[in-house]
Amino acid sequence: MFQRIFTRIRDWVDDRTGLPEAVGKMARHLVPPDAKWWYVFGSATLCAFMIQVISGIALAFSYIPSASEAYSTLQFISDQAPFGHFLRGLHYYGASAMVLMVGLHMAQVFLFGSYKFPRELNWATGVLLLGFTLIMGFTGQLLRWDQNAVWSVVVAAEQTGRVPFIGKWLAHFTLGGDTVGGATLTRFFVVHVFIMPGLIFAFVGLHLWLVLRHGISEPPKPGQLVDPKTYRQEYKELIAKRGRPFWPDVAWRDLVFCVAMIVVIAALGLIFGAPQLEKPPDPSIIAASPRPDWYLLWYFGVLALLPHGSEKYFMVFGPLLVGMLLIALPFLSNRGERSPRRRPWAVAAVLMTVVMIATLWVEGANSPWSPNFNAPPLPPSIVGATNGPVFIGAQLFHAKACLNCHLIGDDGGRRGPDLTDVANRLSKNQMILRISNGGVNMPAYAANLAPAEMDALVAFLQSRKIQRR
Amino acid sequence: MKEENTEASPICGPPSAAEISRRRFLARLSFVVGGVGALTLAVPIISFIVAPFFVRTKEVWRSVGKIDSFKIGETTAVKYEDASPLPWAGVTARSAAWLRRVNADTFIAFSINCTHLGCPVRWLAEANLFMCPCHGGVYYQDGTVAAGPPPLPLARYPVRVKDGEVQIQTAPIPITKK
Repeated sequence: MFQRIFTRIRDWVDDRTGLPEAVGKMARHLVPPDAKWWYVFGSATLCAFMIQVISGIALAFSYIPSASEAYSTLQFISDQAPFGHFLRGLHYYGASAMVLMVGLHMAQVFLFGSYKFPRELNWATGVLLLGFTLIMGFTGQLLRWDQNAVWSVVVAAEQTGRVPFIGKWLAHFTLGGDTVGGATLTRFFVVHVFIMPGLIFAFVGLHLWLVLRHGISEPPKPGQLVDPKTYRQEYKELIAKRGRPFWPDVAWRDLVFCVAMIVVIAALGLIFGAPQLEKPPDPSIIAASPRPDWYLLWYFGVLALLPHGSEKYFMVFGPLLVGMLLIALPFLSNRGERSPRRRPWAVAAVLMTVVMIATLWVEGANSPWSPNFNAPPLPPSIVGATNGPVFIGAQLFHAKACLNCHLIGDDGGRRGPDLTDVANRLSKNQMILRISNGGVNMPAYAANLAPAEMDALVAFLQSRKIQRR
Repeated sequence: MKEENTEASPICGPPSAAEISRRRFLARLSFVVGGVGALTLAVPIISFIVAPFFVRTKEVWRSVGKIDSFKIGETTAVKYEDASPLPWAGVTARSAAWLRRVNADTFIAFSINCTHLGCPVRWLAEANLFMCPCHGGVYYQDGTVAAGPPPLPLARYPVRVKDGEVQIQTAPIPITKK
């Protein structure tokens, strides 16, 4: 009896809304039979986005987007609210997963040549969604509204300030005023919570519409070329002959992968939780070392390693050029070979991008260019003297901040050369010359050291010798 | 899909010239009316969003301490409040500067923002250097670039002595254009 009532209700809703028919048609659209595990990254990105929407809405129940209150609400969410710490972790690792999945999805589409005719706009909307995702990542980090967030806003303003003509206005726009203040956070909140998610929803809709319109691309076979004149006919025949309904023949893989991802994200959130809050967002606390979250840490590396003087061009035109090149890709080459086996340069491009970002990421994580402000004075065991010029020199080496940038053994910074065995390389006069005049990345100490101090410092450095056997 | 009502259907026949002209007029009318509606909303909304950027902040002088509390030749961090912070700015209303007393009546107020990317530089008193934690920019005690990526010397804020108090004039965060 219950079943009969249920069937009647269902039929009534079907008839009055027409939705099950329309949705069913979309869900069961025919896809190429070989679209298997390689094809899960797109839906995984969408899945990560949904996690972000849900966990984000939950966080918004306790978050106050006010410059004076945001930090304490974050403390409340992290330390007091039940599951608050977990929820923050979920949102953080969900964001990480989304960035990762966008990258994998893009690499797969590029390697399979799926961006070629007639799917040029699938690719272009995807590139825009990548940009939106990165903006979400950056603005999300700012909503944490701790010291790191405040200084990240300043760094962002300095970068937009390099844009010709309208730079000053853009920097003003980024800060929401002349300085970081009451107007800053609300702007980023609006971008992160309303504008960007709205754009993402709209473009995901468009992206999926295009997927339905052109169909999921068939896995490429070497020698099977894309010719805009015949491709659509060939695809139609393939689908008619061997197509499988997306639901449930193919969709189960997306579901399994998505759920596996959710489990991993939840586990990471439980075990590691979200990034620790730093000091309060007080711009007058000078001891700060702003760092972006991991997904932009490689860019932090780029900004540090650029040749001096090229930054102003790079900061503006670098991202613009990369974005334009990516969008232009399918318009530059939309036909021909799709298989990665016959496109060695495509494979090389992906590998080089991965290696480049990975290298910059490692560099960014170590940031050897950042001075080490916390290096303790060198212990006697390393100095090798408790009085006399070598001892005084070692003290000066710490006091004059040489140790901030140079290594002695395992102590110190990595900005400049390792001086553990500098006496093996440089003579006394060479040292004096170098210390007095400085270099591109080293201050000139001529006016900063008394002659006796210079002598002691050089005596210390001359004692930095490693006996080679 | 029901096709009966489209213009191509044989029941209605091809639209007459008058009908085409009428439709064209109605389409244009809709666009114009829609445009008026959009403008009615857009002008106040966009003005509200961008207006803050055209407001000129009136800079003010802030006392940062008695003149005697700064020793000649020393550089110290001073804190003060921004020119006209919003009521909900909280701690973000604060700003800092490095204040150097050059001699009995000369002070220099340096911006704490590195000219490379704006990170807060730290003063290392014994080394007589400002050092940036982000990308290793270094400045001498007079704010000139000693090493690293900064393209310009540290920015300076107007500073004066009034009634025995050292005062710094508030200013926007310096944005490097170079």
